[in-house]
Amino acid sequence: MTAHQRIVAFVLGVGLFLFIVELVRRRKLQEEYSLLWLITGATIAVLAVWHEIVVEITRLIGAALPMSTLFFFGLLFLIVINLHYSVKISGLSRRVKDLTQELALLRQRLEPEADE
Amino acid sequence: MSETEKIIVVIPAYNEEANLPSVLKRAAEALPGADLLVINDGSRDRTSRVARSHGARVVDLPFNLGIGAAVETGYKYAYHHGYDLVVRVDGDGQHTPEEIPALLEPIRAGELDFAVGSRFLGKGDAIGSTTLPRRMGIRIFSRFVTSLVGKPFTDPTSGFRAFNRRTLHAFMAEYPVEFPEVETIFYLHRKGLRIGEVSVSMSPRPSGKSSINFWSAVYYMYKVTFALLILTIRSYRNTVSTKGGDR
Repeated sequence: MTAHQRIVAFVLGVGLFLFIVELVRRRKLQEEYSLLWLITGATIAVLAVWHEIVVEITRLIGAALPMSTLFFFGLLFLIVINLHYSVKISGLSRRVKDLTQELALLRQRLEPEADE
Repeated sequence: MSETEKIIVVIPAYNEEANLPSVLKRAAEALPGADLLVINDGSRDRTSRVARSHGARVVDLPFNLGIGAAVETGYKYAYHHGYDLVVRVDGDGQHTPEEIPALLEPIRAGELDFAVGSRFLGKGDAIGSTTLPRRMGIRIFSRFVTSLVGKPFTDPTSGFRAFNRRTLHAFMAEYPVEFPEVETIFYLHRKGLRIGEVSVSMSPRPSGKSSINFWSAVYYMYKVTFALLILTIRSYRNTVSTKGGDR
């Protein structure tokens, strides 16, 4: 990795980190979700400076190039986070359905012709 | 009101202003003393008004939740209002209300907790009431459910059902939102309830057209098959539900 590449990666990581902080400050992102993205930004920045870690991991998992290691974990991370969102969405849809039903049932009770 | 038991007929309806009057009139005649409850699933026509003017109670869902959730809404109503017996009849006129007493028979006699109305047990025009692809799907799930439950189920996708309060309890604990018909049979079996079929006649949809197209049929097959497989590996040792009675 050239110094040029490292600087770009470092700036990107720090930029992401600051962007997340700003989103939380403006209440566009809840703290719960911010943690993961802050770690992501920090990881990018740290790996850019401390390149030896990537080389070492590449050796450990038997990958040919450090670049493959980065892509591999990047992709894995995206898959896992999407799965996490699918789980969250399932839970949210169930709640929306339950609330909608509850609302309709309560409204029915409030009707003047309702006998109970 | 000759019966001491409280009976409710749950009728999910989405844009069914044309078919509802006949369904409601015939249901009231077939089962005097029962309460009729229409779940208006976010219809854009006059379903709600038509249902009210024909003597039904109406629960209006603010937007379309799909038939599974609409039916579940009716079951929640039945549960909270203390009904003993529940009948589900579709608002599209496919289920013949005259058959309700026959469907309720084994439940009232205490032989079954849950009865499914089947159009394939020799009564009425079974072929005329359904299309070929639908019939193939029904046959596949019929074999599947029969082998899982160990009791013949010839029409597992039929939504014409009657059941008692024990079953209602089980539904409060868990009810599938999407395409619940086939799945609920096996679910109730796993919960240890007595389930079975009753021969009924059905009619073709008199008005409007079914919303099932090719891709949703493919998804239907996948969803129901997967749900049944999941049910086989789910644990139901603790049949006393903690979720059902918290109100």
